[in-house]
Amino acid sequence: MSEVRFGQAINRALSDAMTADSSVVLFGEDVAAAGGPFGVTRGLLDRFGAERVRDTPISEAAIVGAAVGAAMSGLKPVVEIMFMDFVTLSMDALVNQAAKARFMFGGQYALPMVVRLPHGGGINAGPQHSQCLEAWLAHVPGLKVVCPATVADAYAMMRAAIDDPDPVIVVENKSLYAMKGELPEPLPDVEIGKAAIARTGSDATIVTYGAMREVALAAATTLAGEGIDAEVIDLRSLQPWDETAVLQSLARTHRLVIAHEAVEAFGVGAEIAARMADVGFDDLDGPIVRVGAPFMPVPFAKNLEDHYRPDAARIAAAVRRTLA
Amino acid sequence: MVRFLSDVTEELRLAVPDHTSDLALLRSMKVIREAELRLAKLFADGEVPGFIHLSVGQEGVAAGVCSALGPSDTLASNHRGHGHALAKGLDLERFFLEIMAKAEGMCKGRGGSMHVADAKVGMLGANGIVGAGLPIAVGSALAHQVKRNGAVAAVFFGDGALAEGVMHESFNLAAIWRLPVLFVCENNGWSEFSPTSRQLSADPCALALSHRIAARSVDGNDAVAVSEVARELVAEIRSGGGPRFLECRTTRVRGHFEGDPQKYRDADDALRADESDPIGRLEKRLAAGGVSATDIEAAGREAIARVDAAVERARAGTDPDFDTALRDVYAQTEAAR
Repeated sequence: MSEVRFGQAINRALSDAMTADSSVVLFGEDVAAAGGPFGVTRGLLDRFGAERVRDTPISEAAIVGAAVGAAMSGLKPVVEIMFMDFVTLSMDALVNQAAKARFMFGGQYALPMVVRLPHGGGINAGPQHSQCLEAWLAHVPGLKVVCPATVADAYAMMRAAIDDPDPVIVVENKSLYAMKGELPEPLPDVEIGKAAIARTGSDATIVTYGAMREVALAAATTLAGEGIDAEVIDLRSLQPWDETAVLQSLARTHRLVIAHEAVEAFGVGAEIAARMADVGFDDLDGPIVRVGAPFMPVPFAKNLEDHYRPDAARIAAAVRRTLA
Repeated sequence: MVRFLSDVTEELRLAVPDHTSDLALLRSMKVIREAELRLAKLFADGEVPGFIHLSVGQEGVAAGVCSALGPSDTLASNHRGHGHALAKGLDLERFFLEIMAKAEGMCKGRGGSMHVADAKVGMLGANGIVGAGLPIAVGSALAHQVKRNGAVAAVFFGDGALAEGVMHESFNLAAIWRLPVLFVCENNGWSEFSPTSRQLSADPCALALSHRIAARSVDGNDAVAVSEVARELVAEIRSGGGPRFLECRTTRVRGHFEGDPQKYRDADDALRADESDPIGRLEKRLAAGGVSATDIEAAGREAIARVDAAVERARAGTDPDFDTALRDVYAQTEAAR
């Protein structure tokens, strides 16, 4: 067992994957010489060389498009788009090419590619450097989307993503990079599509992912003081997501809150809520309540952004609403 | 040592003044022509769903460039990709089965005309998004470079694609990484319904040269010339010379898509198309070189026979199964929600 930072766990996963498989290559803006804008790819150029770890020009469309072609021709590319906000520039490659190649070519091609997308706010980076757009990608058949919330999962999900024969988007919350946590020995293994129970409880289920995991746990602590025992489920994987785990939890708690940093309207929570309102209807004793950001761009001023991002108080209030 | 058919053919051509490679070009073009004309008829008769974009008149480019590529070389194409696919070696039967929406098509009826692909012959797929094949080919070339397999990636795109931003990104990236990629621009003078003269501020070769990619321009309707230049460029790429650009000036005989009334074109345009027909020109060249009329006509007869057989096979194909398709969105058997 060792204590490492979230960003270091990702670095370790990339390094281990590249050692295990020479077809794994990394490219993106400033990932090589500079080690990435957040230091996540630090040291990998020195360890694996300039052929396998490459800096690209500022060309998001070509970066992801090249990942598609490389994956179709025998490599396992792991590319970075510096901020999830910039994924807009590579949407054709993701949506019309990567997501569809396996299907529309009749299963002839596997696309073992990974696209790393740092998302999230809380660092006063403003409207174009703070967004959480994972719902867009989870909506595209053919893409997989994961979002680790713990140090162990940061390692395990990256390894699983690289080993996956399908295109996997790994969403990393920027505010988690410095978070310290345990990286177990032996190194953890995780299956894409499986959630984890972060806290067991009996009165309400809070489904969450990414940076909100800690916030949800804080809400659960507050609620425990009021005699409300909340269960917190960390999805870890958004596409596919662990419907079974959520249903099983609902069968015990009968109340559901979904919390994410992304805008509430049309977000990942909307899909989970709709699905549970359907197959979980008989288990529900109250309305399904979502907690997400308001329908506005991420504001810059600190006081605005602090108000904008969901916090433990709002999650706790949502749980109380389901119990009212 | 890996020997490609193109290498062997080249040696034969140089060693003995015979017409083996030129006849091979003719046969390749004839198959494309007969397949495309047949598809035009099948489409008009309602046997082909959706949209098809035929490459009649542009066969010299497909056959010529693909004669320079070997089985390990990869190829990305565009929406007008039938000729490219067939010249790269796609099976004619599975080609027709796919375009006629049958389960036995090489894409299991899931893609159709704009997505014909064959991993076994390195065909990375025709593509419905203009310009999308360029970064894909760049990535494929990256794989060849990292794996050091001596292979080359090629991509066909039209003059219309020269206006797409991703083209510049692809040229730039290929140039700075010296990737083994051949960019082939089929300049037929039309971007859908608009003439290139109104769409492009720059000359195609100038765009490549501005990224320091060596560029050549060739009469795309002279299949032998295309083949010669393509071979030279592929050899340069294969020996580590970095990317190359080849403009093939050609003629789009039919509309942007089948059913396009082409009201935007001059009647003169059609006349010029006949004169520039790459097949007619190669036949004349072969005849002048002493090849018998029998041998020349055989190419056409064989093509028609092969196309006939492929169409009959395709008509006997079966409808694809929905659940099978649904389970094939991901490599794992569990379909995600």
